[in-house]
Amino acid sequence: MRQPAGKPKVAFYWCASCGGCEEAVVDLAEKILDVVQALDIVFWPVALDFKRADVESMPDGSLLASFINGAVRTSEQEEMVLLLRRKSQLLIAFGACAQIGGVPGLANLWDRESIFHRIYLESPTTVNPEGVLPQVRIQEDGRELSLPVFYDTVRPLDQVVEVDYYIPGCAPTPKVILHAVQALLRGELPPRGSVLAPDRALCEECPRRDTKPEKLLLAEIRRPHEVFIDEGKCLLAQGLLCLGPATRAGCEALCIQGNMPCTGCFGPTSRVRDFGAKILSAVASITGSNDEQEIERILSQIPDPVGTFYRYSLPASLLRRRRREALAEGKG
Amino acid sequence: MKYAPNARVIRVMCSGRVDPQFVLDAFALGADGVLIGGCHPGDCHYMEGNYKCLRRFLLLRRVLRELGIEEERLRLEWISASEGEKVRAVINDMTETIRGLGPLRLEAPEREAVEVEAS
Amino acid sequence: MSMEGKTRRITIDPISRLEGHGKIEIFLDESGNVERAYFQVPELRGFEKFMEGRPAEEMPQITSRICGVCPTAHHMASTKALDALYQVDPPPVAKKIRELFYSTFMVEDHALHFYFLGGPDFVVGPSAPPQERNVLGVIAKVGVEVGQKVIAMRRKLREILAAVGGKPVHPVLGLPGGVAKRITPEVQKQIQAVAAEAIGFAQFTLEIFHDVVLQNTDYVNLILSDVFTHRTYYMGLVDQDNRVNFYDGWIRVVSPDGKEWARFKAHQYLEVVAEHVEPWSYVKFCYLKPIGWKGFIDGADSGVYCVAPLARLNASEGMATPLAQEAYREFYATLGGKPVHHTLANHWARVVELLYAAERMRELADDPELTDPHVRTLPTATPREGVGAVEAPRGTLIHHYQTDERGIIQKANLIVATQNNAARIAMSVEKAAKGLITGHHIPEGILNMVEMAFRAYDPCHACATHSLPGNMPLFIRVRDPKGNTVATLRRDFDGSIHRDA
Repeated sequence: MRQPAGKPKVAFYWCASCGGCEEAVVDLAEKILDVVQALDIVFWPVALDFKRADVESMPDGSLLASFINGAVRTSEQEEMVLLLRRKSQLLIAFGACAQIGGVPGLANLWDRESIFHRIYLESPTTVNPEGVLPQVRIQEDGRELSLPVFYDTVRPLDQVVEVDYYIPGCAPTPKVILHAVQALLRGELPPRGSVLAPDRALCEECPRRDTKPEKLLLAEIRRPHEVFIDEGKCLLAQGLLCLGPATRAGCEALCIQGNMPCTGCFGPTSRVRDFGAKILSAVASITGSNDEQEIERILSQIPDPVGTFYRYSLPASLLRRRRREALAEGKG
Repeated sequence: MKYAPNARVIRVMCSGRVDPQFVLDAFALGADGVLIGGCHPGDCHYMEGNYKCLRRFLLLRRVLRELGIEEERLRLEWISASEGEKVRAVINDMTETIRGLGPLRLEAPEREAVEVEAS
Repeated sequence: MSMEGKTRRITIDPISRLEGHGKIEIFLDESGNVERAYFQVPELRGFEKFMEGRPAEEMPQITSRICGVCPTAHHMASTKALDALYQVDPPPVAKKIRELFYSTFMVEDHALHFYFLGGPDFVVGPSAPPQERNVLGVIAKVGVEVGQKVIAMRRKLREILAAVGGKPVHPVLGLPGGVAKRITPEVQKQIQAVAAEAIGFAQFTLEIFHDVVLQNTDYVNLILSDVFTHRTYYMGLVDQDNRVNFYDGWIRVVSPDGKEWARFKAHQYLEVVAEHVEPWSYVKFCYLKPIGWKGFIDGADSGVYCVAPLARLNASEGMATPLAQEAYREFYATLGGKPVHHTLANHWARVVELLYAAERMRELADDPELTDPHVRTLPTATPREGVGAVEAPRGTLIHHYQTDERGIIQKANLIVATQNNAARIAMSVEKAAKGLITGHHIPEGILNMVEMAFRAYDPCHACATHSLPGNMPLFIRVRDPKGNTVATLRRDFDGSIHRDA
């Protein structure tokens, strides 16, 4: 890896994102000053000067790393990602949306037409008798305006450009972020393509792991609002769908400490190709019956398998989205 | 054993080894249907493998349906090693069913045609 | 720019390359005056559609992903919508915990805005060079010690959010009928300590505002100038005595002359709020339905209205805590009575609210019932439909869910804080452009002023289009009647300004 003269230059950027990853960086609090001192941050919210034109004119590969959060949803985001890939030695997918699509990835159950229809035509507060929809090219009284293309399908970063590392989480915790940045600065990074967080399941670091039974089989699956939730006991053992067994560790089980089950935001461990399928497998394993009818009854207590298993990872899954024909036929 | 030439057979030691990812990968790579053959309930050499397969199958079928893949495209049949005739019959039957449904035609996002006119 | 690969062809017009920013397009007429200015939001994610089919109880955590800066606002509006959906009343301690959590969040968010986001405009000053108009410039102005104090205060508030809600970014505490976890005596002590500190911090922030901002006559003149003034309706949540409340109450609307125009409960919002669509923006524009959409204009005959700190103070009859009430009185006495129509006064109103949030945080933290372990009422009714509203930092936020009998979302509708302001923001931008750009002359700093008109609303376009985060980058372009670009100005996420003319 080339070492540029002076402090290493890095960039932070976002695509279809909520800003939570940015907040996570600000949550480094006092530690941020150490980071700022060691790096020349070319652009970052609230920090120093950023000239996009300067970045464009930089030699390719002159940035040590770009941290990009958010999924790719529009033509403009796609373009920014391509630009930063050219200019950076390392491109780091920051947060669940960049890594595996994130919550906005659930839009892959629909397409542009169905989304526009709901938002701009059908919504009960929208008054739009002429059926006006946002357009990529608009002509109004001789004036020309434009908007970026809203694609049918959400994509994680690595379906657009080659990604070197992933920092998982929705949002990544300050601890995980700091650890990753320090590894970058010390040149102590694992092989390219790695996720910069422990490679084991959350159960192993959960404060309630001692209350998790050896052999766990569920006769009933509960939704969180249906039951009182004991503040000390393993949530899976209480019949709640906690995705700890299939989800990567590193977050210190914050949701469990909040007395709610893990929803899988840190994504899979390294040995998994399709995260939702892995979760499906784990849930099927603990279903407590061998009788087909009884199995169906227990599983029917999961009202939304796709949303539950693929909440953060639909775009990165093997099928990536709901089949288009199914939408066209009004199915699904 | 003769069955329709459109069937690609993949052998595993136990139906309990069939990871849902295999099924999804098959569809993603162009399969129009996936048939899982497992030993009859109670006959599993590894005790519970086929029951695990059953549970996964039932859940996976729901997920596939939500994602727009018809239920008939995934099938689980209990077939023992000696039931060669049944294998043939099931494969042929499923082939007919899939023919009726037509090819799956999943589009990868790279093949999404998006055209925006330049000014 | 053109990309050809496989069977995909995408051609992107080079002029539109700089999007992903809020875009302002300014068109000049033959005399070089501004004919029309458009404020475009180029982002969208589609939450209201992909919420369909999801279990309602997951909505507090799903909708919080609309915005990582104010996830708590969505989380809480959603949780209250679930209460209504399941017709379940949480036990008193659960409501207190929720409001305490919410007040803590409001302190943190308002402080974040003052020091990190909007602050650079008015603490450093509108005529300061771009390199200084960011948080480091603010710190340079108020001192490094203050800077460290700000960072430490924010950290402590975030630690409270984690202790009560699991994590500060995308909390987990909300359930229909209660909250997930009780508050222990240890955590209560921690909150009490931080709340006391927060009140001092809020008073200190108000002092900074007095000493640094109100002493800057340039800025005060800007606040009072007509260019940054609009006479619209104002909306905010109030308690039974018509005082500002962020968590619950009635939605109150006052007319441009300050009289009460409407006072209703969240579930009646369909009768009051409507949305207008334009083809040049992904964000929809809210307006008052009974009055109707008359275009991007001011006045009592136009349905355009405004939310967020200034609007909340205008729509209320006071603050529910003593120090904030004093600050409220001073605010109106200085600015000439109610209602105040000066958009830039939002920054001052925000500090008044910061004080209220801190005082309310302490009131709730001191409540002896806070450690009661009975924090849930289990729902028993069949769910059907529910609406919940809160005041997000940036304005009134409404979540509306319709479900089947299993509680699976069939339809969802969201009216999101900044969206309520979308029309007024567009008007502010156009008015500033028209007032400041004349006869082909585009003086240095004028485009900055246009941008200030927009930033005063502390717009969260992550929320407005349910897409982008708070400190929105901005691209302004000025074109002559032939469509040729005369000048461009760009403000990036970091607040830095770049122009070509």
